[in-house]
Amino acid sequence: MGSGTSTQHHFAFQNAEKAFKAAVLIQRWYRRYMARLEMRRHCTWSIFQSIEYAGQQDQVKLHNFFSYLVDHFTPNNHNERDFLNRMFTEERSPQDSEMENCRDYESIEVPDSYTGPRLSFPLLPDHATALVEAFRVKQRLHARYVLNLLYEARKHLVQLPNINRVSTCYSEEITVCGDLHGQLDDLIFIFYKNGLPSPERAYVFNGDFVDRGKDSVEILMVLFAFMLVYPKEFHLNRGNHEDHMVNLRYGFTKEVMHKYKTHGKKILKLLQDVFCWLPLATLVDEKVLILHGGVSDMTDLEFLAKLDRHKIVSTMRCKTRKEDKKQAEEKGKANQTSSAGTPSPWFLPQSHSLPTSPLCPSTQKAHRAGRSSSVPCRVPLDPKELSHWVRHSVDLELERCRQQAGFPELKEKEEPLPLASEADPEAEGRREPTQEEWSQVVDILWSDPMAQEGCKANTIRGGGCYFGPNVTERLLQKYNLQFLIRSHECKPEGYEFCHSRKVLTIFSASNYYEVGSNRGAYVKLGPALTPHIVQFQANKATHTLTMRQRISRVGESALRALREKLFAHSSDLLVEFKKHDKDKTGLITLSDWAAAVESVLHLGLPWRMLRPQLVSSLTDNKLEYKSWLKNLAKEQFSHENIQSSLLEALYRNRSNLETIFRIIDSDHSGFISLDEFRQTWKLFSSHMNIDVTDDCICDLARSIDFNKDGHIDINEFLEAFRLVEQSCSKGYASDC
Amino acid sequence: MSQIIQWIEIGTIIRSLGCCPSEGELHDLIAEVEEEEPTGYIRFEKFLPVMTEVLLERRYRPIPEDTLHRAFEVLDPAKRGFLSKEELIKYMTEEGEPFSQEEMEEMLSAAIDPESNSIHYKDYITMMVIDEN
Repeated sequence: MGSGTSTQHHFAFQNAEKAFKAAVLIQRWYRRYMARLEMRRHCTWSIFQSIEYAGQQDQVKLHNFFSYLVDHFTPNNHNERDFLNRMFTEERSPQDSEMENCRDYESIEVPDSYTGPRLSFPLLPDHATALVEAFRVKQRLHARYVLNLLYEARKHLVQLPNINRVSTCYSEEITVCGDLHGQLDDLIFIFYKNGLPSPERAYVFNGDFVDRGKDSVEILMVLFAFMLVYPKEFHLNRGNHEDHMVNLRYGFTKEVMHKYKTHGKKILKLLQDVFCWLPLATLVDEKVLILHGGVSDMTDLEFLAKLDRHKIVSTMRCKTRKEDKKQAEEKGKANQTSSAGTPSPWFLPQSHSLPTSPLCPSTQKAHRAGRSSSVPCRVPLDPKELSHWVRHSVDLELERCRQQAGFPELKEKEEPLPLASEADPEAEGRREPTQEEWSQVVDILWSDPMAQEGCKANTIRGGGCYFGPNVTERLLQKYNLQFLIRSHECKPEGYEFCHSRKVLTIFSASNYYEVGSNRGAYVKLGPALTPHIVQFQANKATHTLTMRQRISRVGESALRALREKLFAHSSDLLVEFKKHDKDKTGLITLSDWAAAVESVLHLGLPWRMLRPQLVSSLTDNKLEYKSWLKNLAKEQFSHENIQSSLLEALYRNRSNLETIFRIIDSDHSGFISLDEFRQTWKLFSSHMNIDVTDDCICDLARSIDFNKDGHIDINEFLEAFRLVEQSCSKGYASDC
Repeated sequence: MSQIIQWIEIGTIIRSLGCCPSEGELHDLIAEVEEEEPTGYIRFEKFLPVMTEVLLERRYRPIPEDTLHRAFEVLDPAKRGFLSKEELIKYMTEEGEPFSQEEMEEMLSAAIDPESNSIHYKDYITMMVIDEN
C-alpha cells in the first residue's frame, strides 16, 4: 500500500464523489422540470373541469329561469301566451297505453337498399357481436331496429329491481366500466382488450353512456343488445346523463335527431322512458356496491330498493307530491280550476311544495338539515341571486295562499279540463316521486367524494353532495360492504382510489377533454373481489407523444376554451377592471386582474399561474386592460370592429340558447319560427339583464333566415356564429 | 376555514414555486411542515410561513445552464459531447438520488436520439430550457 495506490484511491474516491454530485445535480434539475410540467397539467385539468361543472350549474340555473318566468312574465298578448304555453308544457312521460303505440315500429319499412345490420328478436349472441362489428365500420342501424331494440330493452329493464344483485359464482370474472359518453372507440377497445361479454365474462356499465361523444346511439344499441343476450351477466346502472333533460343540453338529443330525421322523435320519447327504468345500482356478492355518483349521509339503501324508480323521470327538476292528505285535497281543488288541454308545466313544482332545485337556499336548509357537516360549501349567492330567490319563494307562497282560498291561477283562462284524471289527487300523486325519493336518487347519481370528513351540498355541479370518508365508512359498515365503485368524475389515469381505498372511481372515456387529456380504465373483480385495474387510451397517436408533448397539446386546447370564456364575459370584465382603476389610468396590476377575472368567471382557477398564457404584454408590470380585451375579441373572430355586445351575449349563452331552442322545438322538427326565436330571446335577455332592443333582435333573426321562409334551422344558426358575425360586420344589425 | 393541500404532491408545489431542492432537501422541508403525527396531508397554515421563508432566503436556487452542462461533462470525462443510453441509465438509476423506473423512462423518451441511441446533452439542455419558458 504505497502512496501511489492511496493517491489512486484518493482520485478514484474524488471521481466517484464528483460523479455522485453531478448525478444529483442532474436529477435535481430534471425533477424540477417534471414538477413544473405536472403543475401545468394540473392547471389544464382544472380549466377543463371547472368549465364543465360550470356548464352543469348553468343547466340548473336554466330551469330556475323557467320557473322565474312562469311566475313573473305576464304575456302581453294572445300570441305570447300561446307561445309560453307551448314552451312550458311537455307531454307527460308515456303511460303504458302510450307505450303500446311504440310497437308501431313494426309498421316502419326497411328498404331493400339498406345495408346495415338487421336484427330479429329474440336476439342471439351473434347478432350482438355483428352489431359491434357493423358500428366499428361506421354503419348505422335502421330506426325500425332501434325502436324494436329499445322496446325489448324496456321490457327487460322493467323486471329488474332498483338495486341489481349480482353474484360472481356464475361467471368467473366481473368487469366494471365507467362513463363512456358516446365514445364508441373506447367501448370497442374494451371489448377487444378484455373480451366480449359472455356467460363467463360478466360486465357492469356504470352509467353515463351518452352525451358529449358522437356515437351515443351506437353505444346504447350495443349495451342493450348484450343486456338482452346475456341478461344474467350483463348489467347497466343509470347515470346522471341517462336523463332527457340533460340530453337536451349535452348533445345526445341533437345526435339522435341528426341521425334519425324521420323517427328521431319517437326514439327520443321511448328512450326517455327506458332511461327511467335503468337500475340505480348494482351489488356484487352483497359486498361491492356499484353506483354512478356516490352516496350521502342520508343514503338509505332499503329505501332506495323500494321506491318506484320509474317516477324519477329527470333528476334535473323535481315535481314532487306531499304525503299530506289535506294538501292533496287542496291540490285537487286547485286542479279543477286549472287550464284545459295543457298538462301542468314540467318544471313547475306542484303548488304546495317549494322549488326543489339544489340552488334554492330555503329548501337547501330544510333538506340539508340532517346533514352532519356544519360548514356550508362555497355557495355562489350574490345579492342579486339571493333577492331573486326571496322573491321567488314569496311569490310561490302567495300563489299557494291564493289557491287555498279558491282563486283560479292567474294565467289560465281556457275551459276546464276533462276532470277525470285531474280531479283525482291520488292518481296525480302516483306519477310523481316524493321529495325524499327524489333526493335519494339525486344523491346517488350526482355526488362526489371529498377528502374532508362530513357531507356538504355539491354546489359546483348543482346537485347531490360531497361526501367524506366518514360517510363512506358509515355506509359500508351499516350494510356490511367491502367497498364502493363509482364513476361520474374524469380522472387523468382513468381511475382513482380514495377514502383509504374504500371508494374507487372508474372512468372509461379516454381523451375525454381532448386528445391526450386522460386515460380510460376498467376494473376487474377477481376472487375475493380484489380490484384489478386496466388502463387504456384509445388513440394510437398519443402513445408516441412524450408527456411533455401531450401536456402542451391539451394545454393549448384548455387555454383556447378559457380565452373563449373570457371573451364571452368581456363587458362584465371591463366593468370589474374599471373598478380597480379609480384613477382612470387604463392600467391595473396583475393582482387586480386576477381578482377581477375570478369575480366574473367564478371558475376558481389559479389565474396568476395562468397569466403568462393569457396576457402577453405588460406596461411597467401593469396590464392595459382595454387593449387586452380587444385582443381577446380579435382572437375569437377574424374581423375587427365587431358589434360586440350582442355577439358576446349570444356566445356566452350559446349552450343555454341551444337548450332553450330544443325545448321550444317540442316536435323536434329542427325548426322554430322567427317569432318564436324573437320571443325566446326577448324573454331570456330580460331575465339575464341583457340590454338589446326589439329591432335589433328582429334584424338578427331576419338575417339568419337565409331562405326567407320565416323559419330558422336551429343547427345552422348555432353552428353559424361566423355568419352572425359577418352580418354584424356588414352593418346589417348595426343598431345593436 | 382551513385549506388542505391534498391531491398534489408537496414536492411538485415547492418545485413549481421556483425552488430546486434535491430529494434529501425536500424531505427535510417536508419534515418541517408535516403534522406531528403525519396524516399524509400538509396543512396550508403550516406550509405558508415555512415556504415564505424559503422563498425570501432564496433557498434551493435553480441550476444555471452552464453548471448543468458541466455536470454532464463530469459523467462524460472523454468529452465526447454525449452519453450513451446505457451510461445515462446507469448514472441516473445507480448514482446520486436514483430515478424510479418511471422517471427514467420519461427522461429517455425525450432525451435519447433514437438513431445514435445516445443523449447529446448540450442540445438536450437547450431544448428543455426553452420548453420551460
